[in-house]
Amino acid sequence: MTQREEGIEHALLQVISAERKCLVPYITGGFDGYLEAISAAAEAGADAIEIGIPFSDPVMDGPTIQEANDLVLSRGVSPLQIIDEVASLDVDVPLAVMTYYNVVYRFGLERFASNLNEAEISGVILPDLPLIEASPWIDAATSNGRESILLAAPTTTDLHLQRICEETRGFVYAVGLLGITGARKELAESAKVIARRCKEMTEKPVLVGVGIGNPDQAMEVSEVSDGCIVGSAIVQKLLDGGGPEGVGKLVSEFRSALDSH
Amino acid sequence: MMDPTVDGRFGNFGGMFVPETLIPSCQELEKAFREAWGSTDFREELSALLKDYAGRPSPITICERLSEELGYKILLKREDLNHTGSHKINNVLGQALLAKRMGKSRLVAETGAGQHGVATATAAALFGMDCVVYMGEVDIERQKLNVFRMHLLGAEVRPALSGSRTLKDAINEAMRDWVATVEDSHYCLGSVMGPHPYPWMVREFHRVIGIEAHSQCQELLGRNPDVVTACVGGGSNALGIFSGFVDTEAELIGVEPAGGAAVDRGIPGVVHGSLSYLLQDEWGQVLEAESISAGLDYPGIGPEHAHLAETGRARYEKVNDKEVVDAFQLLARTEGIIPALEPAHALAWMSREREYLSGKTVLLNLSGRGDKDAIQMMEVFG
Repeated sequence: MTQREEGIEHALLQVISAERKCLVPYITGGFDGYLEAISAAAEAGADAIEIGIPFSDPVMDGPTIQEANDLVLSRGVSPLQIIDEVASLDVDVPLAVMTYYNVVYRFGLERFASNLNEAEISGVILPDLPLIEASPWIDAATSNGRESILLAAPTTTDLHLQRICEETRGFVYAVGLLGITGARKELAESAKVIARRCKEMTEKPVLVGVGIGNPDQAMEVSEVSDGCIVGSAIVQKLLDGGGPEGVGKLVSEFRSALDSH
Repeated sequence: MMDPTVDGRFGNFGGMFVPETLIPSCQELEKAFREAWGSTDFREELSALLKDYAGRPSPITICERLSEELGYKILLKREDLNHTGSHKINNVLGQALLAKRMGKSRLVAETGAGQHGVATATAAALFGMDCVVYMGEVDIERQKLNVFRMHLLGAEVRPALSGSRTLKDAINEAMRDWVATVEDSHYCLGSVMGPHPYPWMVREFHRVIGIEAHSQCQELLGRNPDVVTACVGGGSNALGIFSGFVDTEAELIGVEPAGGAAVDRGIPGVVHGSLSYLLQDEWGQVLEAESISAGLDYPGIGPEHAHLAETGRARYEKVNDKEVVDAFQLLARTEGIIPALEPAHALAWMSREREYLSGKTVLLNLSGRGDKDAIQMMEVFG
């Protein structure tokens, strides 16, 4: 089995057992050159890659990801087109899609999970689908061998956090701050706190996302977590015209930082 | 009216589809509301505010000339006479009082036509709270007067610059704000939509409309009206008045703008926290509603309305902008009442369906007054 087929949790646990930190970049699906950017990120040392499927009302996303999102939507790119294109992409790191629940709901939960299976996309992140509403989706994902990656927020209660850690597959997506996606000047205090709380509850990989904008912040948060997700900083590179090379270069900067400790 | 299930469902609709960050707040809000709503102190404090500050009860006007014109008996529930000019004050006084009780110091709100924004800014001023109102850039342009009123009341109005730059985008921005400020802010949602407990809580705060109207009808008519009608965007004023008659024989009619008819053209979907009928494309991208009235410019509908539609207890009709403009003038000329464009939708349906309604008694919830629409209508009339 290839790394991509083995899935995200498998790959990340290998990274962790080699005493390294996990790096998961986010790339907006359907954006000009996004397939090449995915390949470049994989080559630059990403352990898994998160691919955004744009939605009209992304309430968890800040201005950077919204802008990329709107560009893709204005070109009429459909979720199915992104899934199909990624399916035929020759890249051997595990992949996840990040989108909003209505995209999946409209697609049909079972059909969405099954299409991802065929496309060898292992994980799914749905930031507006909290655990209390997630059962139907988790069932569909599980029966198709997909990993539903759940989010844990700084406000999440201990009791609830325990259940999130139990139910999540792939990793625990620890939301680093109270707020939406986007780079911040400094790492929020809450990032390490939520990472520590998750680490105390689970053996699964714990990655922090939201508000990790530069290699220093990635290093800092990974003192506690098993690694991090980098979204807006990478999407900004695409918006600035940096192309796949720019993405590759940025991912390798994060990689070296995480490998340097 | 039914209460939602523990997981916030009205039949197949509703729920709590929000980022995990907001789950504790929604749960805390539900608990606080349940407690407050069961408390005599809270009820009395709110009733006093509604009476002495907002001017309740609102009267019912029997329309002599309009009834003659359309050929059947028409009654108006005068929510336009409330302080701030619409039914919205009922809900914001309730939520602001609740927020204060919960120790929150800041109110965040979205607004379409500006009525809910003005009402929230008003409540914030009354309780000495900070207030930020998100409003679509397009709506800021067409509702300048309400923007000015919000500023005057000490609120900050922030433009929503993404998507269609109307109500739905203002809600996105308000939710983004709330995700970041949840510890000290209360999201004062303006309609019977959003995650549980909002659809239920907002309806309960507007039930006063239906309770009053029911007893006023007994006094004035000695019976219930045959038809109760109201405009529907998210649907708060409609649920308010429907709640007084849902257990009677009265027909309940919600009227949506043709360009935003969620029940007629919608497909179940999830946006802004709940599962309901939604205008969306084949991929689940939410479509932009189009309407002459900023307050009804919403692609969804409250989940309880979806349930009432699915079970057949209420019926949902649609009218076009031209019919609305005619109805706007009709009420002004026959009764000396300038309606807001939103309730003019329900009147437009009444005007069109005069044959069907002949011989019946119809109660219309006049949810707001039309002063705010004067500038826009000046342009329409040229």
